[in-house]
Amino acid sequence: MNRRNFIKKSIQTGFAAGAVYSIGNYSNLFASQLISDTPDLVAIKGGPPNVMFDKAIQYLGGMKSFVKKGESVVIKPNIGWDVSPEGGANTNPVLINIIIKHCFEAGAKDVYVFDHTCDNWNRCYTNSGIERATKDAGGKIVPGNSENYYHEVELKRAKNLTNAKIHELILNSDVFINVPVLKEHGSAGLTICMKNLMGAVWDRRFWHRNNLHQCIADFPSFRKPDLNIVDAYYVMKRNGPRGTSRNDLVEMKSQIISKDIVAADSAAAKLFGINPDTISYINMADELNVGTKNLNKLSIKRIIM
Amino acid sequence: MKLSQLRGIRIFISLLFFLSISLLFLDFYNLVPSYTINYVLYLQFIPSLFKFINIISISAAGFLFILLSTFLFGRVYCSTVCPLGILQDFISRLSKIINKKKQYLKIKDYNWIKYSFLAFTVISLIMGSVVFITLLDPFSNFGRIFSNLFNPILILINNFTAVTLEKFNIYLLYPVELKNFSIITIIITLLIFLLIFFLSFNKGRLFCNTVCPVGTFLGLVSIFSLYKIFIDEEKCNSCNLCTKVCKSGCIDKINKEIDFSRCVACYNCFNVCPTGGMIYKNSLLTSLNEDKFDSKRRELISKTFIYFIGLTGISFAQAKIIPKKENNIPVIKKYNSSPPGSKNIEHFTNTCTGCHLCVSSCPTQVLQPSLFEYGILGILQPYMDYKTAFCNFECTICTEVCPSGAILPLSLENKKLTQIGKVKFIKENCIVEIENTECGACSEHCPTKAVKMIPYKNLHLPEVKEEYCIGCGACEFACPTKPYKSIYVEGNPIHLTAKKLPVEKLEEKIDYKEEFPF
Repeated sequence: MNRRNFIKKSIQTGFAAGAVYSIGNYSNLFASQLISDTPDLVAIKGGPPNVMFDKAIQYLGGMKSFVKKGESVVIKPNIGWDVSPEGGANTNPVLINIIIKHCFEAGAKDVYVFDHTCDNWNRCYTNSGIERATKDAGGKIVPGNSENYYHEVELKRAKNLTNAKIHELILNSDVFINVPVLKEHGSAGLTICMKNLMGAVWDRRFWHRNNLHQCIADFPSFRKPDLNIVDAYYVMKRNGPRGTSRNDLVEMKSQIISKDIVAADSAAAKLFGINPDTISYINMADELNVGTKNLNKLSIKRIIM
Repeated sequence: MKLSQLRGIRIFISLLFFLSISLLFLDFYNLVPSYTINYVLYLQFIPSLFKFINIISISAAGFLFILLSTFLFGRVYCSTVCPLGILQDFISRLSKIINKKKQYLKIKDYNWIKYSFLAFTVISLIMGSVVFITLLDPFSNFGRIFSNLFNPILILINNFTAVTLEKFNIYLLYPVELKNFSIITIIITLLIFLLIFFLSFNKGRLFCNTVCPVGTFLGLVSIFSLYKIFIDEEKCNSCNLCTKVCKSGCIDKINKEIDFSRCVACYNCFNVCPTGGMIYKNSLLTSLNEDKFDSKRRELISKTFIYFIGLTGISFAQAKIIPKKENNIPVIKKYNSSPPGSKNIEHFTNTCTGCHLCVSSCPTQVLQPSLFEYGILGILQPYMDYKTAFCNFECTICTEVCPSGAILPLSLENKKLTQIGKVKFIKENCIVEIENTECGACSEHCPTKAVKMIPYKNLHLPEVKEEYCIGCGACEFACPTKPYKSIYVEGNPIHLTAKKLPVEKLEEKIDYKEEFPF
């Protein structure tokens, strides 16, 4: 794959993804008689992460609405910290495992998992349990530690983040699945879907220097994830995003899934107990037409297990 | 057992030591479990001696076994255990491959050079500086050659391979970032390596018999060895083959004598002697008959011994940390932090021999060789370089690998409360203050929440509580401000204990049957 043609490629990917969606919608009709209309957002609570995902993804037509046969998939969890799964600082490995399995069932050729971690990446990958979970499901865990993997692109619609070095898997993969964990964050307010994409670029300090909130909103204007899955099983209510102990966590046992990254953030904020209007990057992304923060406009499937 | 078998045994053991020790310094994937390192390095003379002085324990008594083996059989250490000695044997072998006719010649004893180096080392130690040990100790030199010269080369090869594989979407290997390339460290190491290379390429073990203070010291011990190598004058037919294979050049063919203090016990001579004229003999019985030692040497020996015995009793004292005086830089650190487990900067700079095993083992590469960070005499001793990286909260590897006791073991629980420095905040440099936008990179990275974001003009500003800070440097590393950081760690000359963040239970009840709030 010629990396220099990445923009072309991403446009193609965009079309391909678009095609996937439309096909996906049709295939729902055959897939399940129960689902008449695909919701924009699915919220579920009350079960283990893998069981919740199994159930929730059905309402979106199953993983095959997002992943076509022979396609490559990149999954971007939050693996930012050298903290064990019970610490709630990283995405739940159980969830990553089940998502990869669904991808392969849908016919994915390769499923890659990576993050540009904050702590030492090796230790993060191991101690978060995500390396194990990925390998067990047959996925490939890819290092995000080297600048070599990141390629400079222009973000045409962005206000502040007009250029960035982005991981080649985000640029080249056919399907991009974003799997953040819902956490409190000292300066961003909350870290959910959009904030998680900070781990897809090389230079995070640039975001901090150039209006953090605007940069967070800018990134998805370049490449929106095809699917966002918010892990809200263990939710860090304070001392985020790293946390100091399990006492910082609340077991919310919830999950939010949507194609619309802004809607997913908006719903997750409400779930957390914060009005999304008070979080600048959600407003900014809404203005950039990255998605909609207004949940009233959307059809939402709510499941309580 | 035949004496001619000794050489084979020596080569086998030396390869075991050489390969295992090399692996430790080249292990940039961190594959070797750190607890094994203590076993592998147990017999290294200087690290073991230093560690023993610090913890007085059988777990650091490896050097006693070396002394014992030297008392029994001479400098066995130099040809089997010492990795730098074995490295020189490789280089000598290389020169023999290039020039097949190469032969060794008898070399002068250069006593004044070797005893000067030993004297400088011992005197500077007594005066409280390890700088000569740092520069001369064979193990530390070996460590630096491997971690500063060979390791980067291997990493480059690895990275090239990884990048090539990556083009085919194979992520089996990964590029390893060389975060800091200290050119001065590399130059010093390279100069020493070139000297060693030159000497061993041309003159066998001349380095070990002139520069190396461990070799010289063990040479003194071996004067009293119980068993020594002698030439049996009756069997010797003066064929001179032994001289030609002697790496130390210590065989005097005319007088049929061996300077055993320079013999590195390579046993090459046993193998080549056609008449069995080389013998390992009890020297007590021999020296009763004829005393081959002159009184001057005896005197020197006894003096040197007094130095060494004195050394163990003398407490390592005298601060020699020169504070940084760069007043034009807004972030002025009085002290740089020494690694956790090193107790205080004085202990650390007095005990570290600069082998750089911690540098090559540190997963984040926050440990970097110093130049003047500990003052000129602390050159090459590692310090916490927060410009390069920060100390991983969950990691204690440096405390586990240090062979000299400069960094002493710490449990993870204690490490998480060991305060090696304190956080300082410069509000005037901060993005939040200057740009009026959110940032919080420092607080985000802080593992103890000594740095917390508090409401400030519709935004959030870092608030620092030094008592919770352990000085890991995550905030300093993450701080994005240019050219100067807005938050940094001021090193503690004496490490302290941080307070634990008080734990409050979250009062939140979750009703899993409740409707979603949207």
